[in-house]
Amino acid sequence: MEEHNESTGVPGAGISTSAVEILVSLIFLLIGGIVVFDSFRLGASWSSDGPQAGYFPFYIGFIICVASLVILGQTLFGKSGRSGKVFVEWSALKQVLSVLLPAAVYVVGIQLFGIYLASAVYIAAFMIWLGNYSWFKSIALGVAVSITGFLTFEIWFQVPLYKGVFDPLGFLGY
Amino acid sequence: MLEDINALFHGFAVALTPFNLLLMFIGVTLGVIIGVLPGLGGANGIAILLPLTFSMPPTSAIIMLSCIYWGALFGGAITSILFNIPGEPWSVATTFDGYPMAQQGRAGEALTGAFTSSFIGALFAVVMITFLAPLVARFALQFGPPEFFAVYFLTFCSFIGMGKEPPFKIMASMMLGFALAAVGIDTVTGQLRLIFGWHELMRGFDFLIAVIGLFGIGEILLSMEEGLSFSGSSAKIDPKIVLETWKKLPKYWLTSLRSCLIGCWLGITPGGATPASFMSYGVAKRISKDGAKFGSGQLEGVVAPETAAHAAGTSALLPMLSLGIPGSPTAAVLLGGLLIWGLQPGPLLFVEQKDFVWGLIASMYLGNIAGLVIVLTCVPLFAAILRVPFSIIAPIIIVICAIGAYTVHNAMLDIWFMLLFGVAGYVFKKLAYPLAPLVLALVLGDRAEDSFRQAMLIAQGDMRIFFSNWLVGSIMALGLVMLFWPLVSKLLASLRASKAPA
Repeated sequence: MEEHNESTGVPGAGISTSAVEILVSLIFLLIGGIVVFDSFRLGASWSSDGPQAGYFPFYIGFIICVASLVILGQTLFGKSGRSGKVFVEWSALKQVLSVLLPAAVYVVGIQLFGIYLASAVYIAAFMIWLGNYSWFKSIALGVAVSITGFLTFEIWFQVPLYKGVFDPLGFLGY
Repeated sequence: MLEDINALFHGFAVALTPFNLLLMFIGVTLGVIIGVLPGLGGANGIAILLPLTFSMPPTSAIIMLSCIYWGALFGGAITSILFNIPGEPWSVATTFDGYPMAQQGRAGEALTGAFTSSFIGALFAVVMITFLAPLVARFALQFGPPEFFAVYFLTFCSFIGMGKEPPFKIMASMMLGFALAAVGIDTVTGQLRLIFGWHELMRGFDFLIAVIGLFGIGEILLSMEEGLSFSGSSAKIDPKIVLETWKKLPKYWLTSLRSCLIGCWLGITPGGATPASFMSYGVAKRISKDGAKFGSGQLEGVVAPETAAHAAGTSALLPMLSLGIPGSPTAAVLLGGLLIWGLQPGPLLFVEQKDFVWGLIASMYLGNIAGLVIVLTCVPLFAAILRVPFSIIAPIIIVICAIGAYTVHNAMLDIWFMLLFGVAGYVFKKLAYPLAPLVLALVLGDRAEDSFRQAMLIAQGDMRIFFSNWLVGSIMALGLVMLFWPLVSKLLASLRASKAPA
């Protein structure tokens, strides 16, 4: 286990499982509702030439709604529901977010600057901040991975990857 | 039967070209690396590499991809035994006795035992596929839409009946897969479904994106939470240890055979390798005369789960080849590959694509032999990969996942979906929503719907068509038993409990 002493409250405290359980079942209920709604829009019955487009999805949506309601009920009224178990401790959540948030920033980076540049920066930054590596090592590895990717995809397999809205590497001609 | 053996030899001729042999070795090596790395596994590793095979001949492509799968199956054992970190879910049970053995300095013995029994498990399953798959395919040629829908129904109900997660969560997760599969253009009427005017969604959700996100990103998030630090015993296998271990192994032939059978059973029905390995370990522990010592470093406790996991992982390809219904997420990804290469999976594959099918089956034999040789000789190399710190590996894996997600359709939006699936994968895993049914429903959704609609068309909307003859009726009935199995077993248990005190 890594050393990340709890700067955030009591050890073992965190988001409760039942809260997440309820949230997820509500999301399922919403998705089920959307599917049922759209099926009715498309027509969920029988037309002259056979079942309509919403015929099958209607049942799917309906089952999602039923299943999510049962899970919701089990969480709210069941024995295991209010056991007060912890879904994720705050310290662990911090660890998870320290990967997830940069990953989201990375995807924005891809959107704007393309896969190659964003990947090099992302790997370097990750190593510097979370791995405490030297700037030189981190940047070198980031650039190396990107170049390897470039050679593999653009040149050997001739699969063009996303270049981004601004296309900063456009001068290379790929 | 003889005809099949002939076909098999023809398959060997197809598989044994230098190019295909090279791909086999590349595949196995890549597979072991994928199996060793956290966050990359059989399913998403193949999903990421799939776009690179679009331009290859289908037979070569499937040989390479299936060899990645064998490699991944082997690789999972390395991390479990040396580092007590299961690289793959199906190798969790291997840690129980494998890691204690490594701590006692018997890592070489444990690894040899694990690899050899994996090999035996796989071999058993491949032999079974060789003889059973053509029969099943021939039988399935008579299937009409109602029968196919019934088989789909049975497949999905088996998840509910045999899953260890709460049944309603299995159902919710599965139906979410079907709902996502429905997004986009309806193939029958051409209408747009569930896109609400967002035209980029017209493509629908590709299951490859889901697999990369759910298993790749989700796994990284989970590993991050556990705060991985790799500290493992060193790995060296010299020929002497291999021979000594091989001398001990025949003693466990009964355990092996039992594990093979458990593995094949759970692999064909979509139980998958993970439950197979646990079940096999549990049964071996109960039956073996050394059962009480299990968990303290028994070779038998490594043999049982590894044999079963490989047998299950391999036999999952049987329904995929003969019926077009995959038994595991990885088989589902391979099935997706078939569709992309322009092959129609299903019983006709054995008739129309003989080269492809038998080449693949022959490559299963060869690939597993190649795999055994590679892992036995290169363990220290693969173990070294794990000593690379997580803060270097994690961003590289995320980059690989992003590239993999992009190349499926050359769509930027897919990278966002991958991230979203990653978060979903993390939350689902922690709340015991199973991921395999979601992926399988996403793959099979359209085809299940098509067969349902065709059946309904034939019967003019009369549900009784699903019980119109003995074949479809018995499959449906079996499906219903599976569907209500959690309820039935609960009732039985409470009956037994109420009888016990009397």
